[in-house]
Amino acid sequence: MAEALAGTVEIRRHRNAAKLGFSFWLPAAWICLLLLLACSADLWTLPAYDHMNFSHPAAPPVTRSEQWLPSQNGGLIGSPYTYWLGTDTLGRDIAARLIHGVRVSLLVGLLAPAIACIIGGTIGILAGFYRGRFESLVVAAMDTILAFPGLVLLLAIGFYLGPGLQNLIPALAILIVPAFCRVARANTLTWAERDFILAARAIGAGNRRIICCHILPNVVWPLAAYGLLLVGVMIVAEGALSFLGLGVPAPTPSWGGMIAAGKEVLDEAPHVALLPAAVMFITVLSFNLLGDRLRELTDIRNRSNTE
Amino acid sequence: MAFYLRKLLRLAAVVFTASALTFLLVALLPGDVAYEIGGPDATAEQIAAIRAEMGLDRNIALRFGRWLARAVAGDLGTSHRSGGPVLQAIVSRLPVTVELLLFSQLIALGLAIPAAIISAHKAGSAIDRSVASAGFATLSIPSYVMALLLIFAFALRLQLLPATGYTPLSEGICPNLKGFILPSLSIALIEWVPLMRVLRSDMIGTLQEDYILMARAKGLPTWKILLTDALKPSSLTLVTVLGLQIGHWIGAAVIIEMIYALPGIGRLLVDAIFSRDFLMVQGCVLVITVAYVVINSAVDLLYAVLDPRIRLEPKNG
Repeated sequence: MAEALAGTVEIRRHRNAAKLGFSFWLPAAWICLLLLLACSADLWTLPAYDHMNFSHPAAPPVTRSEQWLPSQNGGLIGSPYTYWLGTDTLGRDIAARLIHGVRVSLLVGLLAPAIACIIGGTIGILAGFYRGRFESLVVAAMDTILAFPGLVLLLAIGFYLGPGLQNLIPALAILIVPAFCRVARANTLTWAERDFILAARAIGAGNRRIICCHILPNVVWPLAAYGLLLVGVMIVAEGALSFLGLGVPAPTPSWGGMIAAGKEVLDEAPHVALLPAAVMFITVLSFNLLGDRLRELTDIRNRSNTE
Repeated sequence: MAFYLRKLLRLAAVVFTASALTFLLVALLPGDVAYEIGGPDATAEQIAAIRAEMGLDRNIALRFGRWLARAVAGDLGTSHRSGGPVLQAIVSRLPVTVELLLFSQLIALGLAIPAAIISAHKAGSAIDRSVASAGFATLSIPSYVMALLLIFAFALRLQLLPATGYTPLSEGICPNLKGFILPSLSIALIEWVPLMRVLRSDMIGTLQEDYILMARAKGLPTWKILLTDALKPSSLTLVTVLGLQIGHWIGAAVIIEMIYALPGIGRLLVDAIFSRDFLMVQGCVLVITVAYVVINSAVDLLYAVLDPRIRLEPKNG
């Protein structure tokens, strides 16, 4: 039993041993801030994100509006209201749109990898554990999905299902299932050969118990690390589709759509495109830094070196 | 020989599956395709004619067989928006995309190879670390943001290069090339990073080989060792990654063509999606996917030709 526990204990020790450092806490703080903003987006005293103020189109940051603006939670905002981040080409508050855009980006960025992780992870663990014909079939199926160039497959699925978040998230998830499947399978293969699995089998543990109690807790961390790295990819992909006008339908704000709208006034009012671009860059960079750090801590190759 | 045969069989299987999925893309489209093509004021006879023309009333397996036979013969149908053959439209757009991809690969290699050589030579130094961090940060920039930054800097502020627009090759090489600089840079400035990483780690391995020590002992200058003795054996993985990255590059090309108004196949695809031009979407997806699969397999084979060890290894998943 002690042998059987060794695998889980080892990971815990490993996580605590490493210092996380500045390049972990800064991005973590940024993502916490975004999560807070996404949850509290409706509570702020901001103009409605789709309210067009035609007297201030493409206004630069810190423009004061002398009018009464309709607030997003009903009622009016007492004038004067200051557009701290300016307005877009239609006179809509960029700050309000950015904060509401967080929701779309985080929803897509977190949900698509989560769905893909559950599906791909399960298939991958089963394939790596049971091997045989099932494994060959899984590998062949995943190779076929990978045979499509990503964005083209995404465009094709989007064309088939139509625009909208409810279609976008499954489409993105299908795209990355093979990647999770590979990570899960590769990790399962190495863990399944360890002595503590043999020990568990010797004391009479069944397949289901071995998978759930001994394989899964060890495979979950590399999968989570990989998932974090894909969050950035998903945010960029959602942005790309919205940029092309095939993502989230208007007037729901999405960072990609905001960047695309700002493209038209890049010369006169560069902030309209560059502000959402900067926010997207910082967010993607943060997820990449976190994922990279977590990957370093969970990589099988690293661990075998330190053992 | 068996190795190549197996590779070819796999290629055929993937191409077949990809075309089947592409066919289903339109065949299983929700709603009646015939009504969409006929438009809102189509009469019942016209709808029936479209159905008969496309074979919509027949068994789906039969339809797939007929579609595949036609596609192999080079007939991808007629676009119901432009009225022209789909294949002809794709062929006329293809050179633009190929030129864009070639230029961006050249630029990316031009950035990646020197950066990788310097990083590998001075591994762990300040230069190595700054190249690595710059690369890490660059990978967080989406290609459309990179494109906007380049347009903002070089076209709007410095006014050095055109922001959009395409000049055909027939109107002179210089204006044509000028139009490709910013689009190619938009892709290359991001995609050089994976190439650099792969080449750097391979080169660090090569530089530890005995024959490098030997060359050094013979007194060969460092630059010569790096460029002739170390670079060639280290570039094998680079070739593979170059092939594997093609999918990425094609995706980036779609967006870049939209931003810079380049009449390539990516723009054809997006325009077709907007105008719900089914057969055009189908044709574009088919051509891009098959091209991608074939390029990937070609790179795979090339790798095996370059490195005989691959051919001997047993197939593992």
